[in-house]
Amino acid sequence: MSFDAALFYLFGALATGSALAMVLNVRNTVAAAMSLVITMVSLGGIYVLLQAHLVAVIQIMVYGGAIVVLFIFVVMLLNLRSDAFPPGRLRALKLLGSAAGIWALARFLGALGPNLPETRPLPEGFGGYRHMGRALFTDYVLPFEMTSLLLLAAIVGAVILAKRRIGP
Amino acid sequence: MPWDVLAKTLFILIVGVAMFAPLVTWVERKQSAVMQDRIGANRADLFGIRLLGLLHPAADVLKLITKEDLVPEGANRVMHLIAPLIAAVAAIVSFAVIPYGAEYRFGESVINLVAADIDWGLLYIFAVGSIAAYGTVIAGWASNNNWSLLGSLRASAQMISYEVTMGLSVVGIFMVFGTLRLTDMAFAQDASFRLLGFLESFGWWDPLPAWLGWIRLPLWGVFLQPLGFVMFLAAIMAENKRPPFDIPEGESEIVAGYHTEYSGMRFGLFFMAEFIEVVVIAGLLTTIFLGGWSIPWLSQATIIGGITPVFGSGFANLVCMAAHVLTFLVKVVVMIWLQMALRWTLPRFRYDQVMDLCWKILLPLSLANVFVTGTILLLIRGLG
Repeated sequence: MSFDAALFYLFGALATGSALAMVLNVRNTVAAAMSLVITMVSLGGIYVLLQAHLVAVIQIMVYGGAIVVLFIFVVMLLNLRSDAFPPGRLRALKLLGSAAGIWALARFLGALGPNLPETRPLPEGFGGYRHMGRALFTDYVLPFEMTSLLLLAAIVGAVILAKRRIGP
Repeated sequence: MPWDVLAKTLFILIVGVAMFAPLVTWVERKQSAVMQDRIGANRADLFGIRLLGLLHPAADVLKLITKEDLVPEGANRVMHLIAPLIAAVAAIVSFAVIPYGAEYRFGESVINLVAADIDWGLLYIFAVGSIAAYGTVIAGWASNNNWSLLGSLRASAQMISYEVTMGLSVVGIFMVFGTLRLTDMAFAQDASFRLLGFLESFGWWDPLPAWLGWIRLPLWGVFLQPLGFVMFLAAIMAENKRPPFDIPEGESEIVAGYHTEYSGMRFGLFFMAEFIEVVVIAGLLTTIFLGGWSIPWLSQATIIGGITPVFGSGFANLVCMAAHVLTFLVKVVVMIWLQMALRWTLPRFRYDQVMDLCWKILLPLSLANVFVTGTILLLIRGLG
């Protein structure tokens, strides 16, 4: 087994293991969030192995860092205790979640088929910030700008919602 | 070649972590003493030798190691134990991408003095910094103490906010040097430029006297992006949570913030992480804004070209390497001094002031900096 393959299995096991830990830790919200961080960072490792360097760094910076810190911020602000989740609702959620997961896995395996697709050599500089940046601002400039518009709308919406409560 | 990576890692660990970080604790005490007209720490002695208080870091470590390591009742034990590790490890691994020397040729082999020369070096620093936030956030939450929790809440909000500005404040530098690789940035700064040279590209040179062309500045980030330097300094100091940005600790308000419930070496790890980060910040500022290892007005090619005819290429490279590493360390010391001077000059900001500085001053300014830099680059380099 090559070094890359060993790393892949390591990160894969970490990602799935901590994802499981997140779901099982649902009563201890901060522990669940920290498991999510490990999942995100492991995914970042897998992206590096796939030569998607920029995506890997963004994954760790934005998802592993900022977003989950915000989750934890909110959890700490609300000071959720383990009795905040009534057990009845949880069971229904678990059933629904498992069904959705199995369905997604079946679709994924069905799309993949029994044989792995052929591999092609990567172009020079693939996955680096130059390559990504050029692609984002030429071929994908319209989706890129649309996304920023969407985010702007979300920000404005959040500000309006937050301001309304205080009143004039 | 894993052996040279190992050697470089050892060098970083010995110089950056084991030598500089304890020295910084001494500098913190002595510089504050000088600034406040006191004598400062000088009591620790070994057989009557006091060495200007230089033994105090060793005494600190001994004291912290031998103290009882408490985990408060009702605390989340695992998280409480892990949190200081996250903080310390994140601080140490940041050193990996900071170059402390250029590339040197010894016969066939080429040695470049950086542990990990990755293409997205600066992004790596930001990514590690965003993970470092968990050390603080988890510490407060796991302590089962309301002061700690308040400190964590403040820390998480502060660190997320300043990460955004920290990234945006160096976008101008990315644009000027056209790279995110820290070694390339240092190489690009190993040059000088004519201060008024830009007038030539507009054709306004002729009426000026010729001697003005002799005024040359090193091509350093701080001269190309002065506003970027100030903003990055402010943002990264806020990331480190040291005064004047130490609201997560805020002794006068919330006891000791996120590390209220920590004792012994586990508190020592938080303490160490903070001082290691001071060194990392100094190295980073040096590399991005002060030309890294480069000697002003004396490029690597000039040094090696000057010595090679007399003593041979190997010796020339060796001398150049020593001079560069020394220059880098001197610049790092100056940047540490700057951080300390700021730390002992400014009082702690209020929480809302820290947030206002980030979102209402630094963020718009950094966006304006990107815009102005882009415009100037377009004017100088043309649209081609």
